[in-house]
Amino acid sequence: MTDIPADEPLHEVTVVVNGVPRAAAVPARRLLSDFLRHDLGLTGTHVGCEHGVCGACTVLVDGRPIRSCLQFAVMHDGAQVTTVEGCSSGDGGLGPVQQAFRDCHGLQCGFCTPGFVTTITAYLDENPQPSEDEAREAIAGNLCRCTGYQNIVASVLRAAELRGSTGEVAQ
Amino acid sequence: MTTRMLGAPITRREDPRLLAGQGRYVDDIGAGALEVAFVRSPHAHARIVDIDVTDALDVQGLVAIYTHEDLPGRVGEPLPLLIPHPALTHGRTPCALAKDEVNHVGEPIVMVVATSRYLAEDACDRIRVSFDFDPPVVGIENARDGAQLVHDDVPGNVAAHLVQEVGDAAAAIDAAPNVVELDLDIERSASMPMEGKGVWARWDSDDRSLRVYTSTQASTSVRAAVAAKLGLEADRVEVVAPDVGGGFGVKIVHPWPEEILIPWAALTLGQPVKWTEDRREHFVSSAHERGQLHKVRAGFDDDGRLLGLDVTFWHDNGAYTPYGIIVPIITSTQLLGPYKPGAYRVEFFSLYTNTVPVTPYRGAGRPQGCFTMERTMDAIAQHLGLDRTVVRERNFIQPAEMPFDHGLTFQDGRPLIYDSGDYPASLEKLKKLVGWDEFEQYRTAARAEGRRVGIGLACYVEGTGVGPYEGGFVKVETDGGVVVATGLTTQGQGHQTAFAQVVADELGVPIDKVTVTTGDTRRFKYAVGTFASRAAVMSGNAIAVAARQVREKALRVAGEALEADPRDLEIVDGVVQVKGAPGSSVPLATVAVLSNPLRYAFDEETQRATQFASPADPDRPPVAEGDSPGLEGTGYYSPPRSTFANGMHAVIVETDPDTAEITVLRYCVVHDCGTLINPRIVEGQIHGGVAQGVGGALYERMVYDDAGQLLNASFMDFLMPYSTEVPAVETDHLETPSPLNPLGIKGAGEAGVIPGSAALASAIEDAEGFRITRMPISPSELHHLRVQHELASSAEKGLEA
Repeated sequence: MTDIPADEPLHEVTVVVNGVPRAAAVPARRLLSDFLRHDLGLTGTHVGCEHGVCGACTVLVDGRPIRSCLQFAVMHDGAQVTTVEGCSSGDGGLGPVQQAFRDCHGLQCGFCTPGFVTTITAYLDENPQPSEDEAREAIAGNLCRCTGYQNIVASVLRAAELRGSTGEVAQ
Repeated sequence: MTTRMLGAPITRREDPRLLAGQGRYVDDIGAGALEVAFVRSPHAHARIVDIDVTDALDVQGLVAIYTHEDLPGRVGEPLPLLIPHPALTHGRTPCALAKDEVNHVGEPIVMVVATSRYLAEDACDRIRVSFDFDPPVVGIENARDGAQLVHDDVPGNVAAHLVQEVGDAAAAIDAAPNVVELDLDIERSASMPMEGKGVWARWDSDDRSLRVYTSTQASTSVRAAVAAKLGLEADRVEVVAPDVGGGFGVKIVHPWPEEILIPWAALTLGQPVKWTEDRREHFVSSAHERGQLHKVRAGFDDDGRLLGLDVTFWHDNGAYTPYGIIVPIITSTQLLGPYKPGAYRVEFFSLYTNTVPVTPYRGAGRPQGCFTMERTMDAIAQHLGLDRTVVRERNFIQPAEMPFDHGLTFQDGRPLIYDSGDYPASLEKLKKLVGWDEFEQYRTAARAEGRRVGIGLACYVEGTGVGPYEGGFVKVETDGGVVVATGLTTQGQGHQTAFAQVVADELGVPIDKVTVTTGDTRRFKYAVGTFASRAAVMSGNAIAVAARQVREKALRVAGEALEADPRDLEIVDGVVQVKGAPGSSVPLATVAVLSNPLRYAFDEETQRATQFASPADPDRPPVAEGDSPGLEGTGYYSPPRSTFANGMHAVIVETDPDTAEITVLRYCVVHDCGTLINPRIVEGQIHGGVAQGVGGALYERMVYDDAGQLLNASFMDFLMPYSTEVPAVETDHLETPSPLNPLGIKGAGEAGVIPGSAALASAIEDAEGFRITRMPISPSELHHLRVQHELASSAEKGLEA
């Protein structure tokens, strides 16, 4: 039995999410995933297992993919966070990874998709022109129960193509 | 001419929203609601002695704690047995919160409501439940043995016993020149959607109405169940399936305890209440499927033709039977696949165990049946030294024999009659796709490199589109937009796209004018649900019927406006025009305005429908007798019986001679689901099914210990395939339209998963040279089989010497 104090102390956490500074006062045990979803209302990030295996909750913290269900919000005070909502193009339309998923039918129910979009966004920054084998490996830490991954692999390759053509390649 | 949408592989209309993070799944809805957590049984079989909540009362943010004795009237009575059957003589369902006893780990005992889930779980941690233990019954052998009982009043743990027989199978087998016997075993897996279950409910005390969002495959039926349990008129209850993060069968069961408890708590507390299932809860308190043991006797002639087939199987139904015996009924009938069995007898026992209840998971009993039939086909081929495809060809029902009546009763209570299909053509395509005839060369070359490879195949027939019915609503708005609604739900199948394609064609409107809503009882009240690969068949056709009504009315109203015979009119790109004279035309938007005679205009367009706008026949009422205002239609589709899709898979595997690692080198699929609405979506359904088939064959199993503890209730230990475990899927299609429905559609949702274990077992057997009878199979199990067979064959050699 955990001992919870009658009045759980709150901590002010400020993060820059998708370029916008956002803040909320939360208990120390508030998960980053819950903070994003329920305190900031960014419900695009999904929680599929709460033990860091499925990858649906993947967000980018300072550009690197992390499992937001395994982190406390207070650990990331002051961080730059990118969620699926921030993977759009400059004009608010679909970003290249999102567009690639649409072109290739890379999603069905859409629940795991945000974690794939953020993971692939970070991956293509590192490796802008993956081979098919590399694309398959790049998504091998995320679970999807609908697609059998065939079209997600295709989406990675398509996203690389789209980024290349729009000049959105890593510096 | 408008581009034909039916059959076009267009991209999905729901995707931009889902990709931008704008999806609305249950847990995304209703911020600020009170939240629920449950105390669930840690024991598989026990009587509840006492529940002590004292320590929990101090938890900050606690709102309420409920146990079974707090549940009034029907809320506390056992949940419904959804599909009664005369053979289900001992059906049992749980109460929403356990009453006196628990029968599986995970059964809910106490419901805690608090201001947040964190606090609700704090309170759960402080509640102490004391138990008296009963011995748990785990595994089919123990259930069948009957020494210990799950339910005291169910002798032998037998929930149901059913026999179907056509001809005299035993006599046919005894008289046959050749007989094979097989004992087969398929283990448990589960649907395991990425989103678990979830429920949000709000009672509006001013409006005296209840709104429920639930992650379900059957919102209309949840509504009926909630209304009945809570004593509300169904008209005061709205149930919406918002975006649903996968179902695969587990969400067709309803009402889940939480679907009654959350609305009841919202009504009782007068505040919105929600519950979101976590992953461990999903493992131990939702549903599993597949676990069956089969005993087969098959008699056949020297050409490999079946003369008689006798199958007895034991089905593990877990602790309760909320969904009746649908799964074993499907196994017992769909086992036959594309073959003529000769005389056929099938007998099954559905048995209770102290484990999570068993209800349909994609395929719903078919993978087990397919495994049995296809293992039998391979055994016949081996017995006679024939090619496995030859034996199958010789047993196929031929296209000229369609419709083919098996003389059995199917899961919808209707005769098992196949409507159409060309199995020889499908097999020919598959052999070509996988290179069946060239495989021996490949094997020889591989062997020279020290590699061990094998090829296998499996065929299935799937009854899809079961009744009783679905409905569709189509309405042209006065701005020319077309709104469409159907009652069944969507959990990733792309209905907003596929149904819009149907309407675009039927009505002659651009697809971007069409908006589809599913699974919302506010928009369509009558429905059955999304299961049994039925949505495209049932709602697709119902929506087509509704759209045809709208089209007919549009032509009539436009005919009056254009002073033309409706038969001379056509609708192109949302405009009604005289055929061959497109200058004489009226937009559908205007037809919608004109079809609803108005007293009050609300914009310039609608002024045309007001009473002084144009001369009218003073002797006719503005709305003619038998007519109704508005350009809309409601249609239903109710088929006489199911329509039968089919397919065949071939797979090439490599098994490592040292480590026994099993690698799928190629996976080929030939699939026939009649007319395709959207080939891209169908292909995606096949991919996903294959991945689940591969998972079920090589990785996924529910591991219970003797105490009834599920040892691998997390994604760390229950091995679902990642991208690196699923092979590239090569597909080819046949389109044999169904004669049973206007669009010629057959279902496609479950197909991909059905032959996975059968095809992989066939290929592994081919690589290894000994019989495979249990699935799933892991490298260590394959290794043990190798050791056993080496020992057995060296013992044999010793005897000979």
